[in-house]
Amino acid sequence: MSITTEKKIQWCPGCGNFGIYNAFKSVLEKNIDEGRLKKENIVILSGIGCYGYITNYYDINSFHATHGRIPPLATGIKLANPSLSVIAFVGDGDAYAEGMSHTIHAARRNTDIKLIVHDNGVYGLTTGQFTPTSPRGFKGRSTPFGNVENPINPITLMLVARATFVARGFCGDIKHLEYILERAIFHKGFSFVDILQPCVTFNDTYSFYRSRVYKLEDTDYRTDQYEKAILKSLEFDDRIPIGIFYEKEEESFEEAIRGTHNYFYERQVPDISEIVREMI
Amino acid sequence: MSVYKPLTGAQATAEAMRQINPDVVAAYPITPQTPIVEFFAEFVANGLVDTEMIPVESEHSALSCVVGAAAAGARAMCATSSQGLALMWEIVAATPGLRLPIVMPVVNRALSTPINIHCDHSDTMGTLTIGWVQIYSENAQEAYENVFLALKIAEHPDVLLPVMVMQDGFITGHGVENVKVLDDAVVKEFVGQRNPDRYLLDLEHPYTIGPLALPDFYYEVKRQQEEAIERAKEVYLRAGEELAKITGNTYPYFEEYKSDDAEAVIVILNSAAGTAKDAIDELRAEGRKVGLIKPKLFRPFPYKEYREVLKDKKVIGVLDRSISFGSYAPVYAEIRNALFELDHRPAMQSYIYGLGGRDIFKSEIKNVFEELLSGNVDSEKQKYIGLRG
Repeated sequence: MSITTEKKIQWCPGCGNFGIYNAFKSVLEKNIDEGRLKKENIVILSGIGCYGYITNYYDINSFHATHGRIPPLATGIKLANPSLSVIAFVGDGDAYAEGMSHTIHAARRNTDIKLIVHDNGVYGLTTGQFTPTSPRGFKGRSTPFGNVENPINPITLMLVARATFVARGFCGDIKHLEYILERAIFHKGFSFVDILQPCVTFNDTYSFYRSRVYKLEDTDYRTDQYEKAILKSLEFDDRIPIGIFYEKEEESFEEAIRGTHNYFYERQVPDISEIVREMI
Repeated sequence: MSVYKPLTGAQATAEAMRQINPDVVAAYPITPQTPIVEFFAEFVANGLVDTEMIPVESEHSALSCVVGAAAAGARAMCATSSQGLALMWEIVAATPGLRLPIVMPVVNRALSTPINIHCDHSDTMGTLTIGWVQIYSENAQEAYENVFLALKIAEHPDVLLPVMVMQDGFITGHGVENVKVLDDAVVKEFVGQRNPDRYLLDLEHPYTIGPLALPDFYYEVKRQQEEAIERAKEVYLRAGEELAKITGNTYPYFEEYKSDDAEAVIVILNSAAGTAKDAIDELRAEGRKVGLIKPKLFRPFPYKEYREVLKDKKVIGVLDRSISFGSYAPVYAEIRNALFELDHRPAMQSYIYGLGGRDIFKSEIKNVFEELLSGNVDSEKQKYIGLRG
């Protein structure tokens, strides 16, 4: 079953968003066809940035929200109805600038939501300013002599914040990205996927990433060792690992506060007819 | 010597900031304000200003940073739009109470939701009650000059309040116009140095800023703040007279355009006033007595002065580029308020137009005048220009 809409895609030719769009589409269509996901039980969200249009391009329940506020919104949706698969697209501006604290708290709560970060290291929609993941020295419209701030390392950050699924993808390797996204979607608990993505107009990093990335899955790396994952996450120079850094099953936030109950389906309307009769 | 330069409204604002040469500018990108701080970043990079420029991680941080700098005695500025203004609201509300003379250009853009990047006035109209002085600008020239005016008012010892200077997103902000730019030295002399009577980091005179004031003192502090914005009304005129000497323009509370002998007058803010002037010229050529009042100073609101000029009009139409949900539209409500004391009030009609950047045309403004002159008005019923059925 196709999950695309008739809406014309507005991204620049060659935009990294296409890789993410296509990988996610394949994963969803395959799993809906094979009965592992129910289309009507999926909710996707997006924040602000060029990528934010992505919710227009899938025929799936969606919420296009304000800049940075996706994790609490997704948490609310998941708590209201835990049977939904809540998958959130965010940008590096959403996740690491305006909404940085939300990202950390969502991770430590282990709410069963999926955060997919379009990390292109630049504010593309506002035409090229540096973000918290732009490298030091990045020359943008607001920093013509290079930015003087150090970038954050999202993978280390999420590990330290105790996310139970932490991965990095590259939009230039769609098959590998599909593998990560599928694992992220079926992980029970908070899944975090940072996707390295070029902005062909303002920060074209295709060849930079392509010459550096290698897959953790091609090595003897194991995803169940927390300290080693942190050490691995620090590797980001001539070689950049992509793949799953860490995964662990733990009680999720909604399980911790309401057990196996889903009040959305279980809510009972109290019978107040007796009280009403008395009042009348 | 003044020179004419082809500038967008955003560029003109950045140019004014360059000439002011503030100590600190903090910024976060938000359409359609972004070009202001980008052009300004260029000035910083080219060494044309001595400003410490800080690109922060959110608008909430941008204004917080500017508040800190201003409290430490610096001249500090930032600029924003719509969602940015909404996100910084906590600090927007706190700034007037801190009595910090911050000037913040705001490029008007519709508030979410639905998400929209185009112009209307819902963003700044949402901040009317919290104590910022508000000045609206019709075009790039006004947006440029109003920044200087704002600085004079903000830093005046009788006022010491933050000031927002508005211009219409895209229409003014991104549209290129011929702007008469003052000589740098003339501006430098006009704006002078900020001389705060007290500031943080003054070891000889330490003081505390922003402490708790419970039922014992909060009320008095707020009354003082209110007295300050009342004084800003007079200071606006005096600062305007001073600015007039270097620009040759005037700075009344509102612009009166062919309204003297007009039977029907419309009141309209910012760029649409330009369109209205064209419509009025054409109607005047046909002998119709129509005119315009364009508000400039919107907070504090000069009720008495509006009453004076509007009292003998037959009919007034007020065009608002935002809805005040559940009440009369913001500009309409003020004009209606201003006329309460009259024994014989003009007929009035409230119109909404241009939400989310929908264009307003000359023909539509002419239709408004036709309707006003025909007497088909109802002061209690809002009408909508350019709204699909």
